[in-house]
Amino acid sequence: MSEVKYSKEHEWIKLEGDIATIGITKHATEMLGDIVFTELPEKGSSVEKDGAAGVVESTKAASDVYTPVSGEVVDLNQSIVDDPSKINQDPENSAWFFKLKIKDKSEMDTLMNKDEYDKFAKESSA
Amino acid sequence: MDTKKTSLYQLHQDSKAKFVEFAGYQMPIQYSEGIVEEHRFTRNHSGIFDVSHMGQLFIYGQDDLVDDLERIFPLDLKNLKLNHSKYSFLMSDNAGIYDDLIITKIKDGFLIILNAACKENDFKILKVLLNDKYKMILDEERSLIAIQGPKSAQILKSVIQGVENLNFMSGNWFTLDDHNIYVTRSGYTGEDGFEVSLTNEFADRFTRRLIDKGAKLIGLGARDTLRLEAGLCLYGHELSKEKTPVEANLKWAISKERILKGNFIGSDIITKQINNGVNKIRVGIKPEGRIIAREKTKIFNESNLEIGEITSGTFGPSVNGPVAMGYVKNKFSKKNTRIFLEVRGKMHPATICGLPFYKKSYVKGVN
Repeated sequence: MSEVKYSKEHEWIKLEGDIATIGITKHATEMLGDIVFTELPEKGSSVEKDGAAGVVESTKAASDVYTPVSGEVVDLNQSIVDDPSKINQDPENSAWFFKLKIKDKSEMDTLMNKDEYDKFAKESSA
Repeated sequence: MDTKKTSLYQLHQDSKAKFVEFAGYQMPIQYSEGIVEEHRFTRNHSGIFDVSHMGQLFIYGQDDLVDDLERIFPLDLKNLKLNHSKYSFLMSDNAGIYDDLIITKIKDGFLIILNAACKENDFKILKVLLNDKYKMILDEERSLIAIQGPKSAQILKSVIQGVENLNFMSGNWFTLDDHNIYVTRSGYTGEDGFEVSLTNEFADRFTRRLIDKGAKLIGLGARDTLRLEAGLCLYGHELSKEKTPVEANLKWAISKERILKGNFIGSDIITKQINNGVNKIRVGIKPEGRIIAREKTKIFNESNLEIGEITSGTFGPSVNGPVAMGYVKNKFSKKNTRIFLEVRGKMHPATICGLPFYKKSYVKGVN
């Protein structure tokens, strides 16, 4: 059974074996508003924990997407580049951003579980 | 200083607005449906905009007021008919723009609609320029509600009979429940619509009536995407003290008669720029693909020479793609010129294009 964890930058990460799927949370999409542009990292590139690994833009502003863990980008979700509004519709499921082959599983321990994140999100938007 | 609230603040709250501080006011940036849906609703139906933060300046006077205002605004005010409006600018001696505005001839003088962030300064400047000769009221007792979009005439007429007979850029007084309401057929979205000036105490009740008839509240976020698609300038972005109306490509708003005769503030520079051309000019910019180039994005030509800067850029929901405006050096301003926009360190191709991005559907272009 895979566990979903969350970062303070409002990304979610789901680990299956050594492949992590990463996206942004529903809370993040609610703060951003209508997402109209997405930029993803390059397939095959290496990304470092907490480094910028993409961009989302709403009608209002651009925001970086950070990777909660380090690894190599092994897959991208082209459908959210072609139609960024999918991110608003289903952020924590079909509208994932990229998949990483992760370098160090212990980085997962630094992240929040669902209850911790929900509390964090509530407090940070209060 | 405390931020001010408009008369519709309670209504905005009831409508689940997200607020933002704008020009010292708590204003709705969007409601629960979001900017894209609000934008589309305005284009297809009818959107209500609270623009009560804008200045409503009444100046009272007769013939000598017309003469004095002609020394300030590059307009043929002597021939401006009662209840007709013109778009214009308040300029410095160097023709830099202090504000862009709509001036309407009313029975005992003029009504000037000013930008919220500029209105206090405009008032001071005009008071000095007019030597305190006239009664001037920057009216905080009145709200301003815009209703925009193809269903607006039908909706507004069901509340105020007769508004459907107004031509574009003209207005009149109407009475509703003993309240005096001044309505002009105008707006800033590229759609047919009206701006309604009414007392603060009546604003909430009046707006709820429009909502009952099927119009919806629209926030400042969609107002920005709508005006940008329509190719309209926003003060503080396309327009500033550092830019002239000729550079802003708004020459059409300057009366030809007045250019010949001069004798208005900034006329020397305006005449010179019209005759000799300008160094930089406002253009429309269409990025390729989906990349959004925001304000301050640098613009380069094909030889990697920096030629200008974006002043507004966003995603245009009706265009279904990114749109932008900016200033480029005049010799690179021709339509279809290929340019590059530097976004997050990378160059993205774009094209200089005509404006608007979205075709207007104003009613009856009588002016």
